[in-house]
Amino acid sequence: MADSITSRRTLEQALLLAAGALAILSALLNLVGGLHLIQLLASVGLVACVGITWKLVPATARWKCGFILFVVSTTAAYILLQPLAPGSEPEVAPHGTHYWLLAISAWLLAWASVEQFASVKTLSKVLTFFLRLLIPILFGAWLLLGWELTTRGLDVPQVLLPAPSVIAERFAMSTDILWADFKQTFLKAVLIGYAMGCGAGFLVALAIDRSPFLQRGLLPIGNLVSALPIVGVAPIMVMWFGFDWPSKAAVVIVMTFFPMLVNTVAGLSASSAMQRDLMQTYAASYWQSLFKLRLPEALPFIFNALKINSTLALIGAIVAEFFGTPIVGMGFRISTEVGRMNVDMVWAEIAVAAVAGSLFYGVLALIERLFTFWHPSMRQ
Amino acid sequence: MTGWREGKIFPILLVLATITVFWYVMAVVMNTPWQKDVYERAGTTDVSQTQFIKDTWSQERPVLPSPHQVAQEVWATTVEKKITSKRSLIYHAKITLSSSMLGFAMGTVLGILLAIAIVYNQALNKSLMPWIIASQTIPVLAIAPMIIVVLNAIGVQGLLPKAFISMYLSFFPIAVGMVKGLNSPETHHLDLMYTYSASASQSFWKLRLPSSLPYLFTSMKIAVAISLVGAIVAELPAGAVAGLGARLLAGSYYGQTIQIWSALVVASILAALLVTLIDLLGRFVNHRMGLSHG
Repeated sequence: MADSITSRRTLEQALLLAAGALAILSALLNLVGGLHLIQLLASVGLVACVGITWKLVPATARWKCGFILFVVSTTAAYILLQPLAPGSEPEVAPHGTHYWLLAISAWLLAWASVEQFASVKTLSKVLTFFLRLLIPILFGAWLLLGWELTTRGLDVPQVLLPAPSVIAERFAMSTDILWADFKQTFLKAVLIGYAMGCGAGFLVALAIDRSPFLQRGLLPIGNLVSALPIVGVAPIMVMWFGFDWPSKAAVVIVMTFFPMLVNTVAGLSASSAMQRDLMQTYAASYWQSLFKLRLPEALPFIFNALKINSTLALIGAIVAEFFGTPIVGMGFRISTEVGRMNVDMVWAEIAVAAVAGSLFYGVLALIERLFTFWHPSMRQ
Repeated sequence: MTGWREGKIFPILLVLATITVFWYVMAVVMNTPWQKDVYERAGTTDVSQTQFIKDTWSQERPVLPSPHQVAQEVWATTVEKKITSKRSLIYHAKITLSSSMLGFAMGTVLGILLAIAIVYNQALNKSLMPWIIASQTIPVLAIAPMIIVVLNAIGVQGLLPKAFISMYLSFFPIAVGMVKGLNSPETHHLDLMYTYSASASQSFWKLRLPSSLPYLFTSMKIAVAISLVGAIVAELPAGAVAGLGARLLAGSYYGQTIQIWSALVVASILAALLVTLIDLLGRFVNHRMGLSHG
């Protein structure tokens, strides 16, 4: 294990060294190419930060180190974005080589801070939980920062890739449209279709539970159908059920039914022979052993299907809207705004979909934790 | 003797037969209103029951085409048409297949590389893994039209934009499966490598990678299926030029239900073939590695 610790230290030191070198180089270029004062300050700050943390890295001051690195790197990125705000007229081209060097240097320091936080060893549950949230958030924040820095630095045209700040602005401006689309697509088509599809899959699985014959027949077919491109039924459903949300819900039902069926059937046979024998010795009836043994044993499988279906449902509903909708809905908005080259609106819609999808998944994962706390995979 | 009831073949056939019968019945039920309309307009009365049912099974644009109509259409557009013809489904399937295969290959490579990075770097494991999972809650198929249009605007055309969407979908199961697979060697196996004083790359090539292969093939089966879905959906916004997705869209524009169904059937056959192929490959590799008994 000693090996891996030294290698990690080398990685951190290499990150710091590279960041420091880039920051110094950026400062020099800045001085030579005409002074851009605030960016020069940022370089100095980064170099100072490298100097301070260099001594701390080999020690065990992971928290302090990670925190300093995080604050300095994020501030540097913030400064980099400042003179580029619309309206201001900088004297020096702010997007010269020094800009990129500084951006990369700040990014390397942010990486170093994640390395620091990731190697914190703590027994405290609260701190572990905090870290498990903090590290991905840091990563995500820097993903957005990098996106913003790149689109602004390269002057990427709006039509290709709008900066996150532009998208956020658009998002704030058109919340009413977004909410209407969300209501149409998510609250109606997705949730109703999801509930009906998963419910039907579950009930059919229960219904064929007593017939091994039917199970042998349905399982391979269900497995096969789960692998098929079912989204393709969308045009058919739109033809059958009209343009409004029922046709989208129907697509969602078809898409979610088979994963649920296959997983529930697999889950119901997950209990071991020993456990079933025990129920037998208790003289448990079929229903008793179903509710007290086999359904609880099937829960991990059922939740697996619920989680898979949560993403499938959103995809199905949105894709089905490409084949015809009333003039509201997330898929409709995406396809029309793409046609009008309003890419920032499309991204705002995508942000809604992403947040809705993640929350949906997250809520399911939480419920899963509540119900299957006993399962080995939940152990820390 | 209940031998014939024990195997898998008979139940599967029975279920399939039931589905077919149900399909025929539904075809009659769903096509009835239109058929009655047709008779009314033609002024025909006293149509016999058998004639009526036959007619509902052979409409030109049925609400639900009967299985034999779909089968005929598939046969006519695959076997009887020249492959180069634009009406040949094989021509369209080839286009969809090539972009989905390119995307699948890219996704597999990306997934494996990500998994290796995640397994060997604790910080990446903690920071990247949640985002990889979150990336899949974004309905990328919904973004497909924009990716196509945007890439088109900067001059990337043809296979690549569609392949990107397939890649985005297929890298996920591969990455997740490979992380599990590369971590699957037991601690005492890793300890053994340590006592041999094996280097990191040696224990990767000789222990971690071989033991991850079964996981790789399982994930590849999922990935290949969704990469096909990705390619089909990616064809929808591309102006419906060519490909199975384009056939779906064109069919829905012109109400050609038989065309939609036959495109769906071909897509399904393609998916089933690909999954079977990967499955066989996986079995072969597992067999060569001596993992097949178990």
